[in-house]
Amino acid sequence: MRINGVVHAAPVDPRRLLSDHLRHDLGLTGTHVGCEHGVCGCCTVLLDGAPVRSCLMLAVQAEGHEVTTIEGLAADGAPLHPVQQAFHECQGLQCGFCTPGFVMSVVGLLAQHPNPTAQQVDEGISGNLCRCTGYASIRRAVVRAAELSPSPRRGAISESSSSSPLRAQGRGEGGTKK
Amino acid sequence: MKPPPFEYHAPAAIEEACGLLGSLEDAKVLAGGQSLVPLLNFRLARPAHLVDINRIGGLDRIYERDGGVAIQALARQAAVEDSELVARVCPLLTAAVGLVAHRVIRNRGTVCGSLAHADPASELPAVLLALGGHVVARSKRGERVIQANRLFQGVMETALAPDELLVEAWFPSSPAPFAIVEESRRHGDFALAGVVRAADRLALFGVAPTPVLADPRDPTKGLRPSGDLEATPEFRLHLVRVLIEKAFAA
Repeated sequence: MRINGVVHAAPVDPRRLLSDHLRHDLGLTGTHVGCEHGVCGCCTVLLDGAPVRSCLMLAVQAEGHEVTTIEGLAADGAPLHPVQQAFHECQGLQCGFCTPGFVMSVVGLLAQHPNPTAQQVDEGISGNLCRCTGYASIRRAVVRAAELSPSPRRGAISESSSSSPLRAQGRGEGGTKK
Repeated sequence: MKPPPFEYHAPAAIEEACGLLGSLEDAKVLAGGQSLVPLLNFRLARPAHLVDINRIGGLDRIYERDGGVAIQALARQAAVEDSELVARVCPLLTAAVGLVAHRVIRNRGTVCGSLAHADPASELPAVLLALGGHVVARSKRGERVIQANRLFQGVMETALAPDELLVEAWFPSSPAPFAIVEESRRHGDFALAGVVRAADRLALFGVAPTPVLADPRDPTKGLRPSGDLEATPEFRLHLVRVLIEKAFAA
């Protein structure tokens, strides 16, 4: 499986969850683990460009797929990803525990709806829980992230769900989804 | 927290999957995993074998068949939600699938998985029942069709045999008017109660061990919903009545 562009072997133990594999085996501790049953959204990562819960996948299932974690959005020293930048600007976080999951969900949301309506913003972040109750500023961050994201080329056709994460974020060429 | 030990199988073809299900003791099918993996994480389920069907190619189609829409085992709920074919032929299913958990869950979860899991509070079994759809089950013994009114047998219990793989669900085109309405504590949570209307057919969910068809003239007749921390039986009955009014106002 490719994780943030680097090829890794799948774990030997099939019951290793993808979330645990990322954190414990690969040291990618930016992916947080909250509820471990798919409710809190903290462990959200991109699988072939679409956000999924890493606590609800076995790591062996990611074999042959492309996984992007929060660490993969922007290289160290490089400018932040537009969604990260927006959360920073809008103070879209307090304690930060839920933040990686929110950011990955919002990357997916903006790939689906590059200019989301207020309802689509609410719908898009409804699967992530923030216990600091910072939702108002998170909503603002989503709107700001849409502004900061290069708009996808009109009329371009996405290459299905297996398009690269960069493309799915609307950074690369084409990214319009139906 | 991690799932209990199991032996993992990832067949590449339906026949191989059916062979495994036919020969292994205590095997569970893993499709989207959005219900099964939480059960494993909580160790509420401890199957000896997991048969992961995600490596089977060509099992994610959504296509028109017999005046309805067929959804294969690996079609993700998000794909069904976005499908123009489903929106045209069975807009009730489009509306219903949008109520299943959250988009991130639907990116992975499957329609057939929801039906096979048969949670009494989930939307899709009630939609299949209201529309009079069916599922196709495959095993080494052959293929059979199970009608919706025979499929759901109890809380998370279906008529599927242990060696059978649910390969396809078929939803008839939805008649007008239709509606699906539900009430939950938080957006995306399991419904406390819900109502599906397909013209003059009515199915209720969250208020009995399985989704149930109801007589629109006396919809709560014989209904004895269970109570829990979130809702008393009386409150669930109240919700059903209010939701039916909403469904018929739609």
